[in-house]
Amino acid sequence: MTDQVLQAPIVLPRRLRHGGFVLGAAIVGLVVVAALIGPALVPDDPFAQDLLKRLVPPMWMEGGSAAHILGTDQVGRDYLARLVYGARISLLIGLSTVIVSGLIGTTLGVAGGFFGGRVDDVVTFIITCRLAVPLILVALAVVSLVGSSLLVVVVTLGLLLWERFAVVARTTTAQVRNLDYVAAARAAGCSRGYILLREVLPNILNPLIVVATLEMALAILLEAALSFLGLGVPPPLPSWGLMIAEARDYMFFQAWVIVIPGLALLVFVLGINLLGDGLRDLLAPEGRA
Amino acid sequence: MTPVLTVEALRVEIPVKTGLLRPVRGVGLAIRAGETHGLVGESGSGKSLTALGIMGLLPARAHRSAAQLRLGEVDLLTLNERAMEDVRGDRVAMIFQEPMTSLNPAFTVGAQLTETLRRHRKVSRGEALARAGDMLARVGITSPRTRLAQYPHQLSGGLRQRVMIAMALLCEPKLLIADEPTTALDVTVQAQILRLLAELQRDMGLAILLITHDLSVVARVAQQVSVMYAGEIVETGEVADVFARPAHPYTRGLLSAVPVPGKVRRNEPLGTIAGVVPSLVGEIDGCSFRARCPSAHDACIRPPPVRSAGSSRNYRCHLPPDALEAQP
Repeated sequence: MTDQVLQAPIVLPRRLRHGGFVLGAAIVGLVVVAALIGPALVPDDPFAQDLLKRLVPPMWMEGGSAAHILGTDQVGRDYLARLVYGARISLLIGLSTVIVSGLIGTTLGVAGGFFGGRVDDVVTFIITCRLAVPLILVALAVVSLVGSSLLVVVVTLGLLLWERFAVVARTTTAQVRNLDYVAAARAAGCSRGYILLREVLPNILNPLIVVATLEMALAILLEAALSFLGLGVPPPLPSWGLMIAEARDYMFFQAWVIVIPGLALLVFVLGINLLGDGLRDLLAPEGRA
Repeated sequence: MTPVLTVEALRVEIPVKTGLLRPVRGVGLAIRAGETHGLVGESGSGKSLTALGIMGLLPARAHRSAAQLRLGEVDLLTLNERAMEDVRGDRVAMIFQEPMTSLNPAFTVGAQLTETLRRHRKVSRGEALARAGDMLARVGITSPRTRLAQYPHQLSGGLRQRVMIAMALLCEPKLLIADEPTTALDVTVQAQILRLLAELQRDMGLAILLITHDLSVVARVAQQVSVMYAGEIVETGEVADVFARPAHPYTRGLLSAVPVPGKVRRNEPLGTIAGVVPSLVGEIDGCSFRARCPSAHDACIRPPPVRSAGSSRNYRCHLPPDALEAQP
């Protein structure tokens, strides 16, 4: 009973004392909330054009109005509405890419680390091959060949971004495999599959979660890059990368058009990375004796 | 009465770069119900690999062979991996040296105990939990309900070893293999755990194979002892008998290296065994102990015979008992 009393005050303040973690969690939380309920709060349609109100500046600048808090873009679509919908796209791409790549990488890595020997040789070879593949180039080639859609972008990125999952899963599994509780489970008559799922996987989850956050940030940046090059999410979907691309022509005269989506991207990716760093610090030393 | 465990000529061979590593070379053991059999020897003598060989848990590269390997009436040599999984944890259980790392840190004590039980017995989750609680109480853990909900990192080393014992005995196995169960614990906890094992053994009629390098532990809890050297059992017999009149020169060396209060005087050097364990790669010609043996002579280049020194008392040496008695 005393243990329970002791435990709670140790964990909670530690999380809250970690500045990076708190800031990152706040940013990511804000973006998630915006993506989930934002469209309900922002009255304007992100696809509705109004050619009479093109490039209206944000409300705090000269000529801005409260009707369009962040102004409108070059065809008169409300910028805030597009930004909020863009958060949805970014989040969707980040999450689904991480799920695809996480599945591939973890499966390969755990197999290599657990079985060792030949299996590990093959896994290591596949990882090395993947590392030799130039990311952007292949992504560009695939998207331009297959055609761009949300699904194609997710699958392409998912098939490319798994190597860090594999490397981390492989080394941590190799460590966990040799621990006594795995031997104890075998001595208790547990099968290999059971040991993989119940003894190995839960104990390598922490580093994988950290990798997931970093990969998610990378996926979001890559999607933005692809969209910027016109090969990512097809218009008129409001992706942040696409918004930057469309604002390119106006950047010298209406700088805010490119600054707003750029800033959103920067802050979101920074937030995810801070969250990941914080998780790494918080999950590592304590709580696991 | 048939022994719970019968091992005859157990061999383990592992191919390595320099040849064939043979860490277990024809080990024989017989353990009856309610009996504790100590298996002693220095590091690398093949104690743990003998245990893993019995359990069928050797590394994949290792090759096991034996003339006999029976658990009660069950011939373990004929069982496939699936059937072996059913035996492990059910009829034979094992506890390990490091209680700190022997429990899965990701799940509560209760979850781990109930899963072991539900793996082998058809019981409901609730009943499994109740039985797990009873077993925790039986191994001397106070407030078992609270402990069931706790994670391993919330328990001390002694508590964890008790949980490990509870987990091992949950399915009421016939044989418990304890691989250095008290080495990582401090002396007072060690004594508690040994007493607990002895109690449980009496209640359940358990056969225990106790692997240790600590002769005092053997003296305290075991009835039979086998001394292992370089993958072979060099001497076996009743503990009191072996310790009082060690026959094999290696056993004598081991016993003379242990300080006995009242017997060993201050400033008097303890006995040592010169030299190191021979390489276990390839065949060993003749007696494996001859390079370190104070009684070594010309005959030792031939494999030593198994000699008897009283009832159920065997040792592997060229010299007869009375010749050895005469040695210093």
